[in-house]
Order: sequence, then structure tokens, then C-alpha cells
Amino acid sequence: MAEAVPVLEIRDASITFGNFRAVKNVSTKVYENEIRFLIGPNGAGKTTLLDAICGKNRLSGGNIIYRSEGEEYDLQKIKENKIVNIGVGRKFQAPSVFTGLTIFENMELAVVRDRSVFASLKSKLRKQEIEDIKHQLQFVGLYEMRNEYPTVLSHGQKQWLEIAMLCVSKPKLMLLDEPVAGMGRRETQRTAELLKIIQNNCTIVVVEHDMQFVKEVATLVTVLHDGELLCEGTMDEVSGNQQVIDVYLGRGGE
Amino acid sequence: MDLKNLTVRGHRLTGKNILAMLIFLFLATAPIYMSSFRVNMLGKYMCFALVALGIDMIWGYTGILSLGHGVYFGLGAYCMAMHLKLEASNGELPDFMAWSAVEKLPAFWAPFHSSVFTICAVVLIPVIFAAIIGSLTFLNRIRGVFFCILSQALSYALATFMIGRQEYFGGSNGLTSFTTIFGFSVNSPTTKMVLFYFTLVFLIGAFALCTKIVNSRVGRVLIAVRDAENRVRFTGYSPAVYKVFVYCLSAALAGIAGALYVPQVGIISPTDINIAPSTEMVIWVAVGGKATLVGSILGALVVNFTKSIVSEQFPDIWQFFIGALFIAVILFFPGGLISIKDLPAKVIGIIRKKSSKADAADTAAVNADAREPKKDPKVSRTPVGKGGSV
Repeated sequence: MAEAVPVLEIRDASITFGNFRAVKNVSTKVYENEIRFLIGPNGAGKTTLLDAICGKNRLSGGNIIYRSEGEEYDLQKIKENKIVNIGVGRKFQAPSVFTGLTIFENMELAVVRDRSVFASLKSKLRKQEIEDIKHQLQFVGLYEMRNEYPTVLSHGQKQWLEIAMLCVSKPKLMLLDEPVAGMGRRETQRTAELLKIIQNNCTIVVVEHDMQFVKEVATLVTVLHDGELLCEGTMDEVSGNQQVIDVYLGRGGE
Repeated sequence: MDLKNLTVRGHRLTGKNILAMLIFLFLATAPIYMSSFRVNMLGKYMCFALVALGIDMIWGYTGILSLGHGVYFGLGAYCMAMHLKLEASNGELPDFMAWSAVEKLPAFWAPFHSSVFTICAVVLIPVIFAAIIGSLTFLNRIRGVFFCILSQALSYALATFMIGRQEYFGGSNGLTSFTTIFGFSVNSPTTKMVLFYFTLVFLIGAFALCTKIVNSRVGRVLIAVRDAENRVRFTGYSPAVYKVFVYCLSAALAGIAGALYVPQVGIISPTDINIAPSTEMVIWVAVGGKATLVGSILGALVVNFTKSIVSEQFPDIWQFFIGALFIAVILFFPGGLISIKDLPAKVIGIIRKKSSKADAADTAAVNADAREPKKDPKVSRTPVGKGGSV
């Protein structure tokens, strides 16, 4: 195991949009194989923080350090698509898959390592890659439908396809924005199982409002409120915190 | 094992490949049964088809609507025309320059004496120009309607520039009265025939190249960019690089088309590269069928051929027919002419639907007092439930 070196380290991060400070001096460390949840009321800055990690937003202060295979990266200085290529995968809230490609082809784009134009012109999928796709699709239960277009999928299945696309590219850090929003209880249950399996090879940061889901899978929970870090701890610790109850949980986890 | 089944697409293209072969066969044999006048016309349309192929790559597959491909067509055409003009002038100053009181050949004209340089320039100048424009726009994430307007402005700007530079590019008259191409008379039937087949070879080559690209992973990335650009970016690809690549490819095809157009038609003028012709190029693709490659060739040939025939028959009102053609295609075949092949299946589908509705009504009547009377047969057919139960 790693000698307690965090995979992701957010140091004093602030994000400003014009005069509005969406995230204020947040610091936290996420360790290997953790499933970290970011919770908090709407507008707390959870998604904004996630965006900053994957390079979609830029910080106005502080920095975000990501460590993988002995290398240390300052994510602020790296372009979005390069961030993906060093092992940070991101899933947005609304399911977003390629509807003009079959499910298998969706996976194909995610599985390959070299994503330059030249490589895409020449190379065919390797046997191992095809096996990976097969394994991953069976994992989310979409293998039988691999030659269909994603338009036939339900909302939950699209989310799974997207998660499968993330998994097959073997990220070290996975960022999920409300993966179970709009899912039924059974689908949520299934997603929770998925995350627990994914956890074995990957660190996961999730933004989520579904408290039951959080309880089920969270290693640690970070509560944000008005852009500030309110508290951090296990779900039990956090749900006993009076402040958290006041601003968020007491309001029914809006 | 079933690994082989996983290689997809390929087989779906066979129908289109057959159509493409028929078109190429028709073009190759046209000189046998058509007058040289018509054959010359076909040669011109093949140049248009070449442009349409490129536009299909960037618009049909990648979803970037460029209304300015006249620019690249024009750049290729003007490069070739400059060379032909110099050939025609026999070492003297081109005629239009003399009229504009230019005394010395401008420096940028000089390299066009060389036919090798010209052949390279015909491809490279459009590609370099496209690379610059593409990088500036796509790397800065200018897209959608903004790119569309920008590209249109570009073709207007180039046309205006050409008109304004009377002394360098012949102004609104353009460049014309050529005599020879690489030493062969442009008006001799043999040269014309050679040019015709040359164009055909380029068209087939371009079609093969585009098919190969579309069937490679690049094609899939392009479609993905069209569908969800952000997802592409966060899957680790750089959409801008792929966009610049396909933009340059389409510019190269347009440039080659322009260069082949000039000796066959005998003139290039700013009217051929302005907004109207640039927009028309997109219409060819739309009429033929987006994102099908062969559809764009078909569209370019059909639209232009119809245009010629109708304008000969009805010189006064021919534009109404063309307008009607566009409207009819958009209303009845939104997928373009190529989607006519789906027509029988569609009709059968409608008939089936009607009869199954009748069936459903019957069963509903029978089960009127059952607890779940509203079980639409359609719902059970959708595969949603299948994967959800894992």
C-alpha cells in the first residue's frame, strides 16, 4: 500500500467567477482506494470543485496536486484531455454518450491509450482491449446490446455506459457528478455495488445528494457550504455534526 | 469466438459501396454514349462532387457547418489559373495586367511558371490556409453558428479581395483565355478526355480515402465530436486537433477540385467562390445525404445535372424547379436522396403499425375487464427492461 501519500491533494483552493467566490480556501486530501463524497446544499461549490480538478475550471488561488505512479502533477497546468490521459476520469451530471456510435464503439474510443489522430488512423483494437471492453460491458450488463445505439438505453443504463467508458480507460482517479440522480432504488443499489468494485483499482470522488447512497458507499464525506469546507469525516461523524444538520441534512438533503 | 462479430460498421456500407460503384461506372462510360458537351459538363460536376466529399467529412460526420468552402475551391482554382495564364502569355505579361498598367510580373506570380510548384500549391495553399483558420477558431473553441458565420464571411472576404485586386487577379472578370495546360492544348478533345478521366480518378481516390478514414477510429472520433464534444475531450481526445485535421482534409479536396475545374471550364472568377456558390456546395451534400460519402457525390451530380437540364428546357423559370427539388428532398427525404432506399421499409413499417394498432385495439377490447388493459405491444419491444435487470 501507499505510505499514506494522498492521490489527490487540494490545497487552499479558491474559485472565483467575477465577484462571486464559488469555492473559498478548501483543502482536503483523498487517499488511494477511497470513495470520497462531496455533499452540501445546492450552490455549495461541489461541482465547481470537481470541474477544477478535471481542468474545466481554473483556480483563482491554491493548487490541486494529483499523484500517480510516483509522478506528481499540478493539475492547474495541464489541459483537460491531457489530465484524462494521466488517469483522471470525469463523468458529468447529465449522461453524455455518443449517440451516433454503437455501444461497443463508444467503449472503443475510451479503451485506447494513444488518442492522437495518427494512431486513430492506423491502429486496430488489440485483443486485450476487446477483452477489456467485453468484461466492462458485462460488468454493467450491456454486453448483449453492444451493437445497438445508446438511444435505446434508459437513463440509468446511459449512466452505466458512461461509467463503463470511464472504467475501461483505467483511471486512477474517477470524478462522478451525481451518478445516481434520476435512478430508481434498484438502479441506485446496482450503482453502489459497481462503485464498490471499481474502488479496488481506483480512487473515486463523488458529488451526490442521495443520502442513502452516500451512507452505503462512502469512505469519507466532505461537507461544503457556501464554498467553504464545513466538516469532514465518516458519514456517522458528519451526520452527528450540528452545523451540518442545520445547513443541509436537517433540510432533508435537498 | 464471437470476437469477430465485434468489428462493426463495415458491413453496413456495402449497399452504399454498390451505389458508388454504379456511379463511377456511369461516369467512366459516359464518354461512350454522351456528347462531348455533356461529358465536359460531367467533368465539371465531378469537381463539385470532390468538394462535396470534403464538406460531407466536415459537416456530415463532424457536425461543423462551413459555408465558406468556396474559399478553398477558389484558392486551388486560382493557383491553377495563374499557371495556365502564364502558359498562355508566352513569357509576356498576362493581358489583364497590361490593361491595368502593371509593368512587371508581381513577385508572387513568378513561382507559378513552374508546373511542379503549381501542382503542390494547389493542395498546400488551401491546406495551410485551412490550418491557420482552423487552429485559430477550433483551438479557441469557436463553434456552431459562430464558425458558420465566420466561414461565410471568409468566402465573401476572399471574393471581395479578388474583385478589388484587378491588377493581380483579373478583378471580377477572373482569370480566363487559357491556351495550354502543361504544354497540351486545353481545347483539344484528347486533353479534355484526359482531364475528364483524371478528375474521375481523383474522385474515386478521394472517395476511397474518405471511406478509409471514416471506417477508421478517426471516423468514430469525428462522429463523437459531433454528438458530444465535451465527452470527447474528457475521454482524452483533443477535439480541436481532429477538427483541424478534417478541415484541412476538406480544404485539400476543395483545392484539388478547383484546380481540375479551371482547365475544364476555362475560367475562374470571384462569382465562383463567393457566398452563393459556397452555400450551394452544402446544399449538394444535404440533397444527396449527409454523413454517407456516396450521398454527397450523388447530390453534387444530381443537383448540378438537374440544374443544367432544367435551365436548358425552361430558361426563364428553371430556378423554381431547383427550389422545388430542395423543398421536396427536405420534406420527404430529410436523410437526402440516399434515404430513398429506406422508403419500402418505411411504407411497410407504416402499414404494420396500422395493423398492429388494430390488433391492439382488438386485444384491448377482449381484455376489457382484465387488470392491465393498457399493455402497448410497443413497450415490451423496447430493450430498456432487458439490461436493467442485471
